[in-house]
Amino acid sequence: MIALLLALLLALPWVLPPFYQTLFVFYAIAALVVLGLHLLTGLAGLTSFGQAAFMGVAGYTSALLALRAGASPWVGLLAGLAATFLFALVLGLLTVRLKGHYLPLATIAWQVALYIVMGSWVALTGGRTGLSDLPAVAVFGLELRDPRLYHYLAWGLLVLYALVLYRLVHSRHGRMIRALRGDAVAAASFGARPPELKLWTFVIAALGAGIAGWLYVHFVRFVNPSPFSLEASIFYLIMAVVGGVGALPGAFLGAGLLTGLEQWLKDLVPLVLGKSGNYEIIAYGLILVGILHLAPRGLWPWIEARLPRRTPPLPEGEGLPPRAEPLPEGPLLVVEGLTKSFGGLLAVNGLSFEVHRGEILGLIGPNGAGKSTTFNLLAGVLRPDAGRVVFRGREITGRYPFETVRLGLVRTFQHPHLFPEMTVLENAMLGTYPRTRAPMLSSMLGLDRVEERRAAAEAYRALVRVGLAEKAFLKAGALSLGEQRKLEVARALAADPVLLLLDEPAAGLRAGEKRALAGLIRRLREEGITVLLVDHDMELVMHLVDRLVVMHYGEKIAEGPPEAVQRDPVVLEAYLGGAA
Amino acid sequence: MDPLIFGFLLSDGLISGALYALVALALVLVFAVTRVILIPMGEWVVFAPLTQAVLLEGRLPATVWLSALLLLVWAALDLRRGRTPLLLALAAALVVAAGYLGLAVPALAPLVAILVVLPLGPATFRLFFEPLPGATVLVYLILAVGLHFVYKGLGLAFFGPEQFGLPALLAGEVAVLGLPVPWQGIMLVLAAGLLMASLYLFFTRSLFGKALRAAAVNRIGARLSGISVREAGRVAFLLATGIGALAGVLVAPLSNASYEMGFLLGLKGFVAAIVAGLSSYPLAVAGGVLVGLLESFSSFFASAYKEAIVFALLLPVLAWRSVSSLELEEEE
Repeated sequence: MIALLLALLLALPWVLPPFYQTLFVFYAIAALVVLGLHLLTGLAGLTSFGQAAFMGVAGYTSALLALRAGASPWVGLLAGLAATFLFALVLGLLTVRLKGHYLPLATIAWQVALYIVMGSWVALTGGRTGLSDLPAVAVFGLELRDPRLYHYLAWGLLVLYALVLYRLVHSRHGRMIRALRGDAVAAASFGARPPELKLWTFVIAALGAGIAGWLYVHFVRFVNPSPFSLEASIFYLIMAVVGGVGALPGAFLGAGLLTGLEQWLKDLVPLVLGKSGNYEIIAYGLILVGILHLAPRGLWPWIEARLPRRTPPLPEGEGLPPRAEPLPEGPLLVVEGLTKSFGGLLAVNGLSFEVHRGEILGLIGPNGAGKSTTFNLLAGVLRPDAGRVVFRGREITGRYPFETVRLGLVRTFQHPHLFPEMTVLENAMLGTYPRTRAPMLSSMLGLDRVEERRAAAEAYRALVRVGLAEKAFLKAGALSLGEQRKLEVARALAADPVLLLLDEPAAGLRAGEKRALAGLIRRLREEGITVLLVDHDMELVMHLVDRLVVMHYGEKIAEGPPEAVQRDPVVLEAYLGGAA
Repeated sequence: MDPLIFGFLLSDGLISGALYALVALALVLVFAVTRVILIPMGEWVVFAPLTQAVLLEGRLPATVWLSALLLLVWAALDLRRGRTPLLLALAAALVVAAGYLGLAVPALAPLVAILVVLPLGPATFRLFFEPLPGATVLVYLILAVGLHFVYKGLGLAFFGPEQFGLPALLAGEVAVLGLPVPWQGIMLVLAAGLLMASLYLFFTRSLFGKALRAAAVNRIGARLSGISVREAGRVAFLLATGIGALAGVLVAPLSNASYEMGFLLGLKGFVAAIVAGLSSYPLAVAGGVLVGLLESFSSFFASAYKEAIVFALLLPVLAWRSVSSLELEEEE
């Protein structure tokens, strides 16, 4: 199938009429920008109205170097990409931390600002009239002036960029980028550094636009600001959404369809209506609205749902190497004088306890006792006002979850924080992120395959352990609540936990599912994993745990084996009300 | 800078600020209730004065037919909903009648223009946004861009590319602290203030206004307490169109009107709305005034870079708003 498409791509310029040869070059240029948006908007969830500005940065850099310094366009490409990189890095640092709607507006802001600079700094850029007579790109002395030759350059670069992006999206980084968008807390709990990942996503998308800008100016061999305007950026966003911004083929579909549509309408509408000028844009708008009504998630998901599904082979081979360093003597986790208040409310007050190696410790208490706050303090989601947390002999007080997960402190979520659009296996593979090393660049170049295979095998093994193996290739959104809890545990197991923090794992489960869960937790202890469990469910807790810590109003009121705690008058009073 | 120029720039900035504030208010209203970023808003703002101008030239503007047509399509879609289609058909007839009335009595032209533009908003919501409940903000945005293209194209087809000058509703100037300010500008600022005050009362005192706010804060909760989110959306669009059309009619005598002004106008209103986090009405007004003042003063110092400065200066504002806002990450 792919070979067929490639052959078609190679033959196309020689069978198409000249008009379409040019159109196909513009198609490739648009697709480069839209692919970047697929990563940035579709996967990372950062909507950008500024991609055309990056095209302009690279395009103008190359044009100016060629005209003022006589540099070859190839030097221009490198310099243009370097300039795009710097711009994207600086603007990204300013923008990616912005929340919610501020980010898209910030992209509009610098898009408009850069566009006006391109049009108004006449001494440098030639203003709106632009700069003409740019050199053609030459390969081994052959000047690519003919669109049929330029076709190979444009499509070659596009295919390369698409491959790099595909590798990235299907790597540990790609999974994290997708996770980040749905749930930054969950992503950080498995080792991602959200701002850093967002910044690189931003830069990679900008570089795609940079290549497109360079291709554009050396194809038309003229540069002025108009192809780099806000309107152009919006057009690229439209292409992305129409094609289906969440999938790579969507970028090709959207870019091709709308590049063609614009041209066809310019030819067709005057033929039909006998007038020109006013009506194309109306037809364009109506077709756009029509497509979105037909396929609100874009054309590719609409088509994909009608294609036969292929089940990938089961992951096999050996998993990732287990944790090497031995655990130090003494208690695994020491909590000392932990205190946290919210405004005037003292949620946790001077709490101290220890978790010993190989035990299952239950943390219980009536509603409002401060269990969840304690859990979040240990998991690094909240920072304590006072007190210390020592894990494996190292102080981790107030450390971020992406740091502590590497030490083997792994959590699950009470309300499953899974990613419904990803498969069960991919969700479990998120757990392997802190155990894998491949840097982003080697993922993009496909140098991470061995590690990826082992990560998949490791994640699959975790699914087998919790009994979800046969659902590995389903979307996580299709799981029942009980299965989602299992997947939460599987993801945590894939991170090779030393201490597993389980946040109300039994909430909302049926009796049978609870028994299965209890069996699973016991098995994990036998495999050497220590478990700290927060739950309401007395029956589960009493039969499962080795020791209990009971909290009430933010303080520890009892500690010991379940039988002793059950008879403790203080505990009984806290739970049943102290009428006596 | 001498005080006269300063005063002039100040009054100029405040007048355009009032316009942007109104547009921002409408955008915030629509977004809060429906999660639609209403890009075609700018077109509707200019449609009103353009309709008025064509009426004054003694022709029946095509917007009359557009409004009536959209209302009739709406009636056809809701054919099985009791009296609704009848009322909608009646409204369509009213719009056409108002158009002819505007031709006969030129003094009524501004009012007729607002009335003619008014159905465009709710009808657009019913026809294009209601069939896609629960789409993402991004899909709604692209939908809105598509509709912006349609309305912009229609604007060119209806009114042509030329600029229309419109007579002031209140002619003449008045000296404020020794500075000549057109009455029309003062009227715009006053109308903006009045509109904001009445919107404030509407949202805090009337049951319907409260229901609208409830629908904005929590859609499911609002539905559970018997508030129709669809109806809330239509009302939000109606109010937005009304605010926009009124603003357009008031500002046009100061600056002329042409079909292509809408987009930039909408964009600046959007900028102001974003400063407000697309959620706070008082901040939307402040944002509008801020954008107006920035634009006015930067046009004096570096007119070629006027818009660039407005947008570039926004970055720190955005960073500050983003840091100080407590809202959670968007789940889109």
